[in-house]
Amino acid sequence: MKKILLMGNPNVGKSVVFSRLTGVQVISANYPGTTVEFTRGYMMLGGEKIEVIDVPGTYTLQPTCRAEEVACEMLNEATKSALQEASVIINVVDATNLERNLYLTLELMEQEIPVVVALNIWDDAKHQGIHINVDKLAAWLGVPVVPIVGLTGEGFVKLIAETYRSRTPKVRPHNREERWADIGKLIAEIQHIEHRHHTFWEWLQDRTIHPWTGLPIALLMAYLSFKVIRLIGEGLITYLADPFFETIWRPLLTWLSVLLGGGGIVHDLLIGKLINGQIDFVQSFGVLSTAVYIEFAMVLPYLIAFYLLLGVLEDSGYLPRVAVLLDGLLHKLGLHGFAIVPTFLGLGCNVPGIMATRIFEDKRERFITSTLISIGVPCAALQAMIIGILGAHGGRAIATVYLALALTWVVLGMLLNRLVPGFSPELLIEIPPYRLPPWRLMLRKLWWRVKGFLKEALPVIMVGVLVVNLLYLIGLFEMIVNFAAPVLVGVWGLPKEALTAIVIGFLRKDVAVGMLVPLNLTVKQLIVACTVLAMSFPCIATFVVLWKELGWQDLVKASVIMIVSALLVGGLMNIIL
Amino acid sequence: MTAMAVGQSGVIAEIQGREGIRRRLAALGLRVGGRITKESRHFHGPVTVRLGRTNLGIGQGMAAKVIVEVDP
Repeated sequence: MKKILLMGNPNVGKSVVFSRLTGVQVISANYPGTTVEFTRGYMMLGGEKIEVIDVPGTYTLQPTCRAEEVACEMLNEATKSALQEASVIINVVDATNLERNLYLTLELMEQEIPVVVALNIWDDAKHQGIHINVDKLAAWLGVPVVPIVGLTGEGFVKLIAETYRSRTPKVRPHNREERWADIGKLIAEIQHIEHRHHTFWEWLQDRTIHPWTGLPIALLMAYLSFKVIRLIGEGLITYLADPFFETIWRPLLTWLSVLLGGGGIVHDLLIGKLINGQIDFVQSFGVLSTAVYIEFAMVLPYLIAFYLLLGVLEDSGYLPRVAVLLDGLLHKLGLHGFAIVPTFLGLGCNVPGIMATRIFEDKRERFITSTLISIGVPCAALQAMIIGILGAHGGRAIATVYLALALTWVVLGMLLNRLVPGFSPELLIEIPPYRLPPWRLMLRKLWWRVKGFLKEALPVIMVGVLVVNLLYLIGLFEMIVNFAAPVLVGVWGLPKEALTAIVIGFLRKDVAVGMLVPLNLTVKQLIVACTVLAMSFPCIATFVVLWKELGWQDLVKASVIMIVSALLVGGLMNIIL
Repeated sequence: MTAMAVGQSGVIAEIQGREGIRRRLAALGLRVGGRITKESRHFHGPVTVRLGRTNLGIGQGMAAKVIVEVDP
């Protein structure tokens, strides 16, 4: 055996099983479609190194969206190699929802490849009074069936042993009706469900999905989320980050500054310009002062707060309910309700947000959602800087930026819905049951995301600050600024120095906002500059992912829309405010 | 399915529409003979139904194509 494919319906816990088998951390969440591209990992088994693949979830082998196509491609590749007994499928099945899950199982059994069925979420099934006769099921299917609990690791030793022994089932091809008929007979024989009274979770499920109670709850949740993020973010800054930078980092840098003679090229690159003889963490703009400070003391605290909350929302199963509640509204923007999930992810970082649009079956919808994310949805790093810098001027300044972005998002969506040919497809999603977020898994996910951010962002931001300083030194910025200034200064009412920030926004938006500080802008100018920065060119990472996901033609379209929107909205704000 | 009252149950009698839609619904377990209970309806939006142990959110147009024989 060389390769194990984890396959199953969406949201049955394949990624959790994958992490447990390989030790490779992948993002999981309580809604269908978290894994949109496959992840590869390795495990050692009997001295052999075995490749394990976490395949995107699929309901059937007749794909209806890009993520499902990926799943089928992976399977086809594996069946070819299965001829040499090299691949095995572990079919992960949700034991609390056996009937629907078995359809894919039957389809998989008709492929020429060994199959093992892992009955996941076995603990929940027991709690819910679902009794499954595992031996009978295994006998009927003719393949091993192992109850497991992905979260705790129960049953994994047996699962691995059975995987090693698995053989290709010999099943003739069936059609859809035959498969469902078989499942009906089988379920009647092997499954028995006790009647249970409504639980608290079921009551909550009712309240949060009905429009009259659900919409107010959703509004309350949005408000609370914002409050909690600010509370945690500001708490981390005041009690952790700032004390660290003031008591440890400042003396170190001051010592280095003196060592370097308080000036000169190397000093200015590393420490930056001294403001009134002192290092100013925001304004000095050196690689070791401002770059590090922005990342760790301004952005990271909010990022941690945001991802913590996102983890809770993801794992509880609340997001698909918001999708249902907002579906009617979002159709006006050419989207359907589930677009709320990529948009939410985009509030953390645009890149995973745009990746998540793969769950949509329709290209038009992917284009509209991605474009709207890259224009109207500020990432957490950018938001942290906006809040950090505009916060000094009061909540209304921050609210103005958010309002402008939200309005742009809505108006642009309505326009795109009219202009892009086609129509928005309808919502069709499975609403997962509420689950108490497993905190251990959530903390790991938070850690994984924060680590990912630091790995991606820190080098870019340091290089970015370095490049800015170098470009200043050789005077290239002057040229760019003088070239673009007449139009932009006229339209946006910003001083021409602010344009360098907008150019840097292409590299990283958080640094760009930091560059606005030394310019002594008025509140109005700051508001316009922040809004324009959020809307104009996405950072380089988003740009690349747009290109990869949509192709260059759509990328060009999205970019043109971006530039026009930024010019228009910035100009309008300059006039109105 | 759109005409059902919230809380009503019934058996799916027919699913109209193109093969593509029927296939997608079937993949989620919505097929002729299946028992469903309507859970909620949304203004200009989807309906949600319970089918066995699955909860589904279904857009109006699609839901209108599912003909349900409602329990007396």
